[in-house]
Amino acid sequence: MEPLRIAGRTFESRLLLGTGKFSSHALMAEALAQSGADIVTVALRRVDIENENDDMLSVIDRDKYLLLPNTSGARDAGEAVRLARLARAATDIEWVKLEVTPDPYYLLPDPIETLKAADILVKEGFVVLPYINADPVLAKRLEEVGTATVMPLASPIGSNRGLQTRAAIEIIIEQANVPVVVDAGLGLPSHAADAMEMGADAVLVNTAIATASDPIAMAEAFNLAVQAGRKAYLSGPGAVGRQASASSPLTGFLRE
Amino acid sequence: MQTNVLHPNFSDVWSRDSVFLERDRWQARLEAVTPSDVECALTAAPGIYRPERLLALIAPAAQTYLEQMATIAHRLTVQRFGKTISLYAPLYVSSYCCNQCVYCGFNCSNQYERCRLSVEDAVEEARIIHHEGFQDLLLVSSEDREFITVDYLCELAHRLRGMFSTLSLEIHQLETQEYARLFEAGIDGVTLYQETYDPDVYARYHVKGPKADFQRRLLACDSFGAAGMRKLGLGFLLGLTDWRLETLALGMHGHYLMKQYWRSQISFSFPRLRPANEVQAQQFDHLVSDQDLVQMLLALRLCFADAGLIISTRECARFRDALVPLGITKMSAGSKTNPGGYGHKDGSLEQFAIDDARTPSQVADMLRQQGMEPVWKDWDSGFHPQ
Repeated sequence: MEPLRIAGRTFESRLLLGTGKFSSHALMAEALAQSGADIVTVALRRVDIENENDDMLSVIDRDKYLLLPNTSGARDAGEAVRLARLARAATDIEWVKLEVTPDPYYLLPDPIETLKAADILVKEGFVVLPYINADPVLAKRLEEVGTATVMPLASPIGSNRGLQTRAAIEIIIEQANVPVVVDAGLGLPSHAADAMEMGADAVLVNTAIATASDPIAMAEAFNLAVQAGRKAYLSGPGAVGRQASASSPLTGFLRE
Repeated sequence: MQTNVLHPNFSDVWSRDSVFLERDRWQARLEAVTPSDVECALTAAPGIYRPERLLALIAPAAQTYLEQMATIAHRLTVQRFGKTISLYAPLYVSSYCCNQCVYCGFNCSNQYERCRLSVEDAVEEARIIHHEGFQDLLLVSSEDREFITVDYLCELAHRLRGMFSTLSLEIHQLETQEYARLFEAGIDGVTLYQETYDPDVYARYHVKGPKADFQRRLLACDSFGAAGMRKLGLGFLLGLTDWRLETLALGMHGHYLMKQYWRSQISFSFPRLRPANEVQAQQFDHLVSDQDLVQMLLALRLCFADAGLIISTRECARFRDALVPLGITKMSAGSKTNPGGYGHKDGSLEQFAIDDARTPSQVADMLRQQGMEPVWKDWDSGFHPQ
């Protein structure tokens, strides 16, 4: 299958993994391996990014995975930009998953602050992957300021509710010139497959894997589902109709 | 500053809908809850506050549903917070106090040698806590306004910011502008207990001092919420009056704060009365049993999916361990409740006696054994302007 391309880099896997909520770092590393993911996000709030011996960072092999720091916890553009700069200064990682979530309960992204921060960070040379609500116009505005992807949510983060924003994500996929990574709310491998069948370029999963009874097996299940979904999308699925379509259409006699 | 024309502050909400203004009516409603009301509350989507739902879950009728409640609370907490528990440590900076609160070891009428830490001494104490692994520090003080000033706290915060990823406060009540200054200095959370939502009981236990003003106390969370604090900690002292009525008031307060200060996260604590200097816990009429505390904690989780639930070393090791899978998100460990307690073994007076003497690393091991990741760092000083 053709690789995923983001900002000039290619990745075999179309599953991105989040690192929160696991019961131990060792288990997270194991799940990461089974997921097949190439890109792994870490919350800057949770790690000591300058310290290679940080408990969590030390289990992520940086030669194997692209470490994607996220600005989780930032309430406005200023905080997100500040965090991204500090992370880059400490690590030379230019990629940032931009999260501006002023509401601590549903962690829904602030569109205004996200756009503002994206504009600043792109101008400073960052590769910006913004987490957004499934808003097609915002997706285009972000693309215009130069973000590397858009990452619309399927449903509120951590909710495991699946593709509640389907109609809007369909429009985003149709209109986007940058990869669309469906992020947040995918609770089951079937949800991930569903997003991939719709034509999403990739998906990001965390809670559904981390909080499963067997996170390692669940990581593998998501890996397979993402591959299946992508393959199905590329295979050009048949049209969906309400009625069965006869294999001998009524006009078949014309060709006899 | 965030304002809302419908609800300028909690006092306004309170004056229209106080549990304790109509105590008998609420008591009767609690008694009238039936098993089918409880089952109804359990089948609704978990984690969303409705007054009737909280009422059903804390009612006596729900006592036989604790296992079901615990199962839902566990699942919900794992979904929202993951298999993790955050760890923090308190740092007491003064035991001088101008208040006379009957239940407290720092009560100004108690005669004993008090202690306050200079900024330098406090930094020394903090260094010990930092070496134990903590990144989350709670600064605690009695009401010692002459010494523990906003300037003192700002200076201390500046000194500590490099050592800790997050700093919060549990001190006497301040004004919004003062909280705003502290937020700028790098303090991003405040915990302040109402102690009791019952005005009559409040008057009985808060005999003298600025804290005796019940109405002013009711507005404290608004003051630090309006100042932009990220974490708003609330609670009442378990044991002063009927915990069920208090929990109804607490739920109302928490829900109000979530809507009003929607950028901030609320958390609930469960301080049970503890023996302290010249305080015998037994002298209180409304002591809360283990079972009642569990019911309260579970009911709050089922109504507030994303609220932090915090357990301190007031509770014993066995009980704390058992609470871990029930919805707790944060614990203190290795705490000293006297100023200077980490560095000096001379034993200045404690605010209350702790009941879990394990070291932080022992508590972290216990969490790992329960399949939980102990989280030391869950914030970054990079969020603050340098």
